[in-house]
Amino acid sequence: MELSDSVAVAQARAGDSGAFRVLVERHSRNLFRLAYRMTGHQQDAEDVVQETFLRAYRQLSKFDDRASFGTWLYRIAANCSLDLIRARKRRNMQTEAGAEEGAPDPMQSLPDPSPTPDRLAMSGEVERKVAAVLADLSEMERTAFVLRHYEGMCIDDIGRTLGVQPNAAKHSIFRAVQKLRRALEPLMSSAS
Amino acid sequence: MNHLTEEQFVLYYYGEGDGSPAVRAHLDACETCRAEYASLQRVLNVVDSAPVPERDANYGAQVWNRLQPSLRWDRRRGLSWWPAPRWAAAALVATLIVAAFLAGRYYPKSQPAQTANAGQVRERILLVAVGDHLERSQTVLLEVVNAQPGQPLDVAAERERAGDLVAENRLYRQTALRTGDTRVASVLDDLEPVLLEIAHGPDRLTAEEVENLRQRIEGDGILFKVRVVGSTVRHREERAERPAGQIAGQNTL
Repeated sequence: MELSDSVAVAQARAGDSGAFRVLVERHSRNLFRLAYRMTGHQQDAEDVVQETFLRAYRQLSKFDDRASFGTWLYRIAANCSLDLIRARKRRNMQTEAGAEEGAPDPMQSLPDPSPTPDRLAMSGEVERKVAAVLADLSEMERTAFVLRHYEGMCIDDIGRTLGVQPNAAKHSIFRAVQKLRRALEPLMSSAS
Repeated sequence: MNHLTEEQFVLYYYGEGDGSPAVRAHLDACETCRAEYASLQRVLNVVDSAPVPERDANYGAQVWNRLQPSLRWDRRRGLSWWPAPRWAAAALVATLIVAAFLAGRYYPKSQPAQTANAGQVRERILLVAVGDHLERSQTVLLEVVNAQPGQPLDVAAERERAGDLVAENRLYRQTALRTGDTRVASVLDDLEPVLLEIAHGPDRLTAEEVENLRQRIEGDGILFKVRVVGSTVRHREERAERPAGQIAGQNTL
């Protein structure tokens, strides 16, 4: 019979590595998707997944059983992603200061361009624009938007995840949507 | 008639808020708002189709395999993260590794072939130790960097670990300097003051102390450097594991 998250957490706390393995195997793919949406990089997303579980392992004794384990993991992953994004921004600023101009922003280069039916609907230009706008959002806007739009998390949970009032999370989503509309609507109207 | 606001459109799109029936009714009656909402839908639908690389069903198992060596389990004590006695032992092991490495480097070399082989073994042992040290240091730094903003943080366990890491850090830095590995020496040099600060600080940091420490770690890019050099060391460690004929001679850490 499949272990529920709460049972697996209790067993992992008691020192059962197999139970923690169940949690890792169950949540890794979702965390990867979230981390990729946040960072825009496969390797960074892999690192975020790894760091998320390391931190979860360390903090497992502090996890509140009444909460959702998945939401708790998402919060850790979102924070890890933000750390990476901040580090990358600093790195890019340092690189730009010393390097020749024209270095591409990693957020602009989406990987895996092989076409699928969904992706055929979106031109490369729009795709790049989406990535660029997401990259330009503030940390709070991007996290709130990714959690709401891609992960389907409700605004109250997003507020809890980010440690802010629901209203602040809501306004971050509004601003993110506004920026996306401003950037994408001209492209879409010219295409139609 | 008052038109709907953009915020109402967004909440309606995501099924949030309690005004959905009223919004629906307004959209049915108002062509302007219907067009505006359709425009929002088009944009968000396009954003929705942005691709994410797929991970196969074995991805979780792969993550576990990479993660497992970093975790320590103790059924009798329950969940534990490198309990103190192990750390004392780790510091001792670090001392012995460095001592053995240096003894090997400076001992008279009468048999070149054997010495070359022994040198590769020593290099591999040291790479493993330094890689492990950087990984554990990274875990301590992440604890501070990932702390909830505006909240105090209990760092009693990290403080103890940081104290042990400081001793190891000095040994590895000295070895790196002796072997001419300036890159590793430099990152260990940057790391030491932060480890010292955590080791000599209180068990419970105030929100302000956490923020100061976070800014220091992030401002100096220490976490990033530790991650990058740690990854390079691991890569060299893998290369050092290959048969002797495939290894290019390396004298640095």
